[in-house]
Amino acid sequence: MTAETIIQSLASGLLMGLLYGLIAVGLALIFGLMDVVNFAHGEFLMIAMYATFFLFAFFAVDPLLSAPLVAAALFLFGAVVYLLIVRFAVRAKANAGMVQIFSTFGLAIVMRGVAQFFFTPDYRSVTHSWLGGRTVSLGGIFLPVPQLAGAMVAIAAFVGLYFFINRTDFGRALEATREDAGAVALVGIDKNRVFALGWGLGAALVGLAGAIMATFFYIYPDVGASFALIAYVTVALGGFGSVFGAFAGGIIVGLVEATTALILPPSLKSVGIYAVYLLVVFIRPRGLFGSI
Amino acid sequence: MLSVHEVTTAYQGLVAISAVSIEVEKGEIVCVAGANGAGKSTLLKSIAGAERPRSGTVMLDGARIDGMAQHVITARGIAYVPENRRLFPRLSVRDNLRLGSYMFRSEGDRDQPLALVFKLFPRLSERLEQRAETLSGGEQQMLAIGRALMTRPRLLMLDEPSQGIMPKLVDEIFAAVKRIRDAGMTVLIVEQRMAECLDIADRAYILQTGRLLLQGPAAEIRTNPDVRKAYLGL
Repeated sequence: MTAETIIQSLASGLLMGLLYGLIAVGLALIFGLMDVVNFAHGEFLMIAMYATFFLFAFFAVDPLLSAPLVAAALFLFGAVVYLLIVRFAVRAKANAGMVQIFSTFGLAIVMRGVAQFFFTPDYRSVTHSWLGGRTVSLGGIFLPVPQLAGAMVAIAAFVGLYFFINRTDFGRALEATREDAGAVALVGIDKNRVFALGWGLGAALVGLAGAIMATFFYIYPDVGASFALIAYVTVALGGFGSVFGAFAGGIIVGLVEATTALILPPSLKSVGIYAVYLLVVFIRPRGLFGSI
Repeated sequence: MLSVHEVTTAYQGLVAISAVSIEVEKGEIVCVAGANGAGKSTLLKSIAGAERPRSGTVMLDGARIDGMAQHVITARGIAYVPENRRLFPRLSVRDNLRLGSYMFRSEGDRDQPLALVFKLFPRLSERLEQRAETLSGGEQQMLAIGRALMTRPRLLMLDEPSQGIMPKLVDEIFAAVKRIRDAGMTVLIVEQRMAECLDIADRAYILQTGRLLLQGPAAEIRTNPDVRKAYLGL
């Protein structure tokens, strides 16, 4: 194994990790806001990928252009999921935890079923795009352009999110709601509105990730499952509910995955992630940047 | 300005207040006093929309507000400072105050009450960057009242503002309540410390186990022999 191979793997691991962070951050945002785990997060990613695919297949829209459209559509979708499902699930008087889990878990199954029925289980792909299939060489290291673009989009999204949360009125309302949702009515804020917008924002972020991923991943009804699993690990690793934790957790997961692939056979590349996850859970159960 | 008519509120079948009626006129300080468990907090919650009355009506300036969502009632001009203050503990003093003016878009609307808040509680202006949870009990109460004032209320409702606060600051807070009234607001205050409350109030109501026991001008209540014996320890 040469130094070049190692650098090459770590570089691609870093790029993939940033994308993992982008996939996970919506999950972390929603959990931090209202302590609800969205078990349909992977399916949100799936419909974002299909949306990108159909925009490409029917209207020849390049994924790079459709990314903002897909993010906007997912924003609406996320807000509607909150207003029509989650809003009622969190009101359950008994077994609240179970009701919440099964409401989003049930939604995931429905979304997969609907996708299988209407889109068929066939594997789709965006066959040619501005980004797809290209690589750039940086000092002898080859980086695939789609992943590079994904990493840049992820960084931009995180920077944007940071300013949104820390510099705007709505960001402040979001923070206040996550501190004490029962108290925001005291200052005239409707917590349901904040929750709906929070779900919208979380879904829009995973929508952005989905649009980029459509350029280099096959698209099929179950595509969300494996990424959602990684997203849960990322969020748990970074600290549940921490937006920055999701970013850092994503990078760690990406690097660990790449390192494992260097040492172990490729089919075992996920082993490293779960080993690190177990280690973190044993040593620091609240995650690296978790505050609870 | 505020008219509470025969309001009954229950928690899981347990009646906390029963057919309570009170009136608050513009510019008044009204004190609702009574022992622990008399239903004072429930009365404020029922007005603020934090609890839904089972029956009865709450009118603000002639319009019914009972049954409205709590944030809508806040927007209508009733600011409510609950017993446990409900500050946003990990946000700064500045952000807590800023959130108080969330409903307003223009900087003028936002800054105007801030001057009053700093005049009433100068120590808040020295602690702007501190997290709310690091403030002392008295300062937290000041911040809670300050945040409520930032919503530019017509009616300010305080639930036990003296609770868990050292005596010197209690006086400061009661003095601030008078100045808030002088600034043109109406105040409805609920207290166990009846003597201090009656000192600043224009009128008072006394609640006992969920029912209205007595009402009248504060001076009269203060000299009522039964009240003196039962509540003021005289």
